[in-house]
Order: sequence, then structure tokens, then C-alpha cells
Amino acid sequence: MARMPIICHEQCTGCGVCIAVCAPHILVLRNNIVSFIEEPQECNYCAQCEAVCSTGAILCPYEIVTASTAKYTEHAPNL
Amino acid sequence: MAARIEFLEEIPYFSELSPADQEDFRQYTFEKCFSRNELIIIEGEPSETLYFLASGAVKTFKVSPEGKEQILRILRPGDALNDVAVLDGGPNYASAQAMGPVIVCGILSSDLGILLAGRPTIALKIIRILAERVRQFVSLVEDLSFRDVSSRVAKLLLQYADTEADSQKKMASLTPRLTQYEMAAMIGTAREVVGRSLRFLEAEGIIRIERHRIIIVDYEALKRRSDERLLR
Repeated sequence: MARMPIICHEQCTGCGVCIAVCAPHILVLRNNIVSFIEEPQECNYCAQCEAVCSTGAILCPYEIVTASTAKYTEHAPNL
Repeated sequence: MAARIEFLEEIPYFSELSPADQEDFRQYTFEKCFSRNELIIIEGEPSETLYFLASGAVKTFKVSPEGKEQILRILRPGDALNDVAVLDGGPNYASAQAMGPVIVCGILSSDLGILLAGRPTIALKIIRILAERVRQFVSLVEDLSFRDVSSRVAKLLLQYADTEADSQKKMASLTPRLTQYEMAAMIGTAREVVGRSLRFLEAEGIIRIERHRIIIVDYEALKRRSDERLLR
């Protein structure tokens, strides 16, 4: 499965701004906390959700690799 | 529980100790776990325990009165989190926060004093590590003073790129993954500016952004960009 943004549920205030900016509509509020929909394959990792989150509850981290290294890290675990 | 010996072997402070001395040190250490975003060290507070990073990634940072964050360093396994405060007895000059699940090794500063007595090789090692830290901070001042944002972004990408040797060894990234916010906080600018710089580098064919990865396509061009200084 493709790498997804990381949601820190304890920091989410449920403001819903990330849901409003998510172009592929893969974010929803569940119990007033933002979550992904069941099958969020449409996420293009645009990082807009991270940009608008005022509490830092959504993170879109990047690996930085050289072209020759890319093949080794493609399937690294999502820690 | 005393820290695992494999963690101590990774700590540059103690890497030149004999196995017997390492075991002696180990008796005085303990392990502690932290989860993502937990503060391990708080700026301005005293440190009675010296912490070393055993696994994971930790950022040290300062926050301005307006709430702007400046990341000073991203620590990797083996790095000390608060050695300056422990060694000079003053308050912590920065805070340290876990960037993911983290294990640290701790040793009380009082125990450290006992263990360092009669072991001048460790004292010399500590001097070398602190001297290297001075170089890093001078480099940071130079970056913030004399490089434009594009050059700083280029330098950061080169600095944090996984090497092929590392990746072959572990089959996974050894370097911490960075958000655009963290990159901005490291180079003293805003997140949006980092985003623009990355898109600009991509448009020039120097990097490629592939979902969660920034791939350096033209290493030499990125290096030239990182070497550019502002003319003042």
C-alpha cells in the first residue's frame, strides 16, 4: 500500500479544515477526529492537509534519496 | 534496566572503551522510551541526566517568542541530546523532541563524573565531539547569513540524503524523514517557501518528487546550487 500521511489523533481538534482542502476527498471526521476513508488509494500526497493543520496533527514526511538509492528505499516501512 | 550493550557501542563517547569498561558503563545506564512528539529535554531546565539516542530520530530546537521554531540539529542514534547542559551544569540551551518512536540511554551526571575520572581517552573524545558541534553551529550561522533559501534547501537535501551504502546495508532509509515544515524550521524560513523551492528544483530537473520521496536526480547540479552564496 502506498505511503500515507501520518495522522496524530491525539493532536487533532476536529476542525475539519484538512477535509475541506483534500482534493481527492479521502479524509473524514469520525468521532470528531480526522481519519482516512476505508480505501484511500486516491491520496496523491500533495501535503495540503499538513499545510493547513494548525495543530501539527497531520504529517507528510519525505525520504530524501539519491537516484541510485531510490530502489532500496521504495518499500521501506512506514514508521 | 541497564541499557543494551549494542546501544552503547553506537555512542561515539564510549566507542573507544574496552569491552570491560563498556560493561562497567552499562551498569550505570538505563533505557527510556518516548513516542512521537514527546518532549525529552526542555529548554531552560537543568539536566541531571545525560541522554544518548539509541534508536529513532530526535530534533533539538528553539522557539521564538512569536512561536517560530528553529531546528538546530536532527539527532541520529549515538548522538547526545543534552551533553552541553550536563557538562557545564547550566540550563538546556534547546528542547529535544521525539520525531517518532524513540529509545534513549540515560546516565546520571553524577555517575558520569565518577566514570570519567581516570579515563582521559573519553575526555578527549568529548572535546572532539563538542568541537565538531561548534563547527555545525558555525555552519548553521553561515547558512542563515549568507545563503539564499534555494541554496539552503539544496544543502539540506544533500545533507540528509541516504547514501547507497547505507541503504544496501539496512534495506531501508537510515536518515530521518522530514516534513516540509521541519525542513523550513531547519533552514530558517517558512514552509511555503520550502515548497516553492522544491518545485523549482524539480522544474529544473535537479530533483524528482515521487509521493513521499524526494529523489536527487542531478547530484552535481544540486551541489552547485548548494554552493551558491548571496552577494551582499
